Amino acid sequence: MALPKVCGIETEYGVISRGFDSSPIVASSVLVNAYAGAFKQNIQWDFGDETPDRDARGFALEDAFPPEVETHMANSVLTNGARYYVDHAHPEISTPECRTATEVVLYDRAGEEIIKESMKRANALLPDLHEIITYKNNSDGKGNSYGCHENYLVARELPFGQLATFITTHFVTRQIYCGSGKVGSEFLTDKADAVTYQISQRADFFEEEIGLETTIRRPIVNTRDEPHCDPDKYRRLHVIVGDANMSEYATYLKVGTTSIVLAMIEDGAFPPQLIIDGPVNAMRTVSRDISMSKAIRLSNGELKTSLEIQFLILEAAEKYDAECGLDCVNSDDFPLEGTNILLLWRETLTNLSNGGVGSFDTIDWLAKMRLINAYQEKNDLAPNDARLKALDLQYHDMRTGKNLSDRMNLRRLITQGDADIARTEPPQSTRAFFRGMCLQRWPEFVVSANWDCLIFDVGDGPLRRIPMMEPLKGTRALTEDLFKSCSTPMELVLALGLEHSELTSFRISDVF
Amino acid sequence: MSEKIRKSVSNPEVTPVEVIEDLALVKNAQAENLKADLDNLLDEIDSILETNAEDFVNSYVQKGGE
Repeated sequence: MALPKVCGIETEYGVISRGFDSSPIVASSVLVNAYAGAFKQNIQWDFGDETPDRDARGFALEDAFPPEVETHMANSVLTNGARYYVDHAHPEISTPECRTATEVVLYDRAGEEIIKESMKRANALLPDLHEIITYKNNSDGKGNSYGCHENYLVARELPFGQLATFITTHFVTRQIYCGSGKVGSEFLTDKADAVTYQISQRADFFEEEIGLETTIRRPIVNTRDEPHCDPDKYRRLHVIVGDANMSEYATYLKVGTTSIVLAMIEDGAFPPQLIIDGPVNAMRTVSRDISMSKAIRLSNGELKTSLEIQFLILEAAEKYDAECGLDCVNSDDFPLEGTNILLLWRETLTNLSNGGVGSFDTIDWLAKMRLINAYQEKNDLAPNDARLKALDLQYHDMRTGKNLSDRMNLRRLITQGDADIARTEPPQSTRAFFRGMCLQRWPEFVVSANWDCLIFDVGDGPLRRIPMMEPLKGTRALTEDLFKSCSTPMELVLALGLEHSELTSFRISDVF
Repeated sequence: MSEKIRKSVSNPEVTPVEVIEDLALVKNAQAENLKADLDNLLDEIDSILETNAEDFVNSYVQKGGE
């Protein structure tokens, strides 16, 4: 049976400073510090377990450029279990580990609220007419791209090559509902103005089928082998092909369908004939085909459109649900998650087959295209008019009142009240609950934290390291009584049996 | 997560497909509403847009990330 699909999203925001010259690194640091400082959430990140240069295929290419871990920049862990930091030259928020797609949407939305609050606080500190502005998009229109990465828990025993081959088919074709839309093209060999509008922000930037890089020669399947949990049992599939979405329903579909497809691959239920011949070119073909009618060649020679392939994956998913159930994407809190994902998936593909009507308020590239077409028509603009590119950027502007996606009546999945609560409260069905609660209760005693451990300084004796190698432990159900029974971190340490600092073989699963 | 969040997010607003097919009229009405809203937005969009689109677009330069 497929593993429960623990999942999360990391979003890098575009950042500019207006009225003053500032490097994007400084601007990003100001945002993170303005937020973390204001809320006393300046717990340091622990880099001890970071291995972004490890390749899932078990080898490293000589000319590969592994990502570097930058330890000197603003970096904090929040009481909702998320990480908020400066990555390269962007503010980035990683959601806490979530058990369902709905919770990923909730914490991605909470991330937007954190970014908005950061801008508000940072700009209040700056002189008049000085402003830092962020954008939840993926490209500057000049060939520079930044990511919105997804992460999914998969079984270590699943052969990686098989996983990569099948998931590629989904990544290439899911663009038709995951894409955020883009005016123009940034692919090097394109003639100027060859593409006026395309489905995906990111499709122009993928040059390889599989590989370790994330900043150059980007691969459709990223092989970073950094599980942040028990490496003998698990992989964390690090997905770099996605766009950042403004539509909550698009994020829900993106994470929900991908979770189900991964479970199908684990259980041998993915249709084996659906292998794309030349997926790198197919990424761009799908992105540039707003009619969704162009054929893609499969490795068995058949020709199918992206929509036809998605319908075939959906039908296999419905069959998988009927035979095996979808407990791997359901949780006690969200028992109908899998059913809801399948229904929305079918509704969306059906709408897309009919020109998109019915999904204008859920699919970003359709909403953005309607706006751009209407504005262009009303003002009789050429397709390459700068105002259309400005509209594209402002669809993602994180300033309330300036964000154009807010004006497109996108359907909401998350209420404002829930998003505000999720800024500080962790999800309850993963180890993020334990991390978040420790940071809420005893922030002054937490020396550092990362995905799979917490380090306490309880003031007496050595630092105490609490390893959390099981993403599905440390949940509310498993730790609520523990938190009730402990009034100090020392009591927690004692209750966990951590009298000594030499605990490298300890697993939290031994105790809970 | 609080009881409140759980309650309000545990039921994504998904309309079952078989119902949707009976709801062509509702869908048309929704489409009309969306169109009216878009028309309203177009009437005021120039006050929301950056004043010099060309400068704004040219100056929006990012470093690659990830």
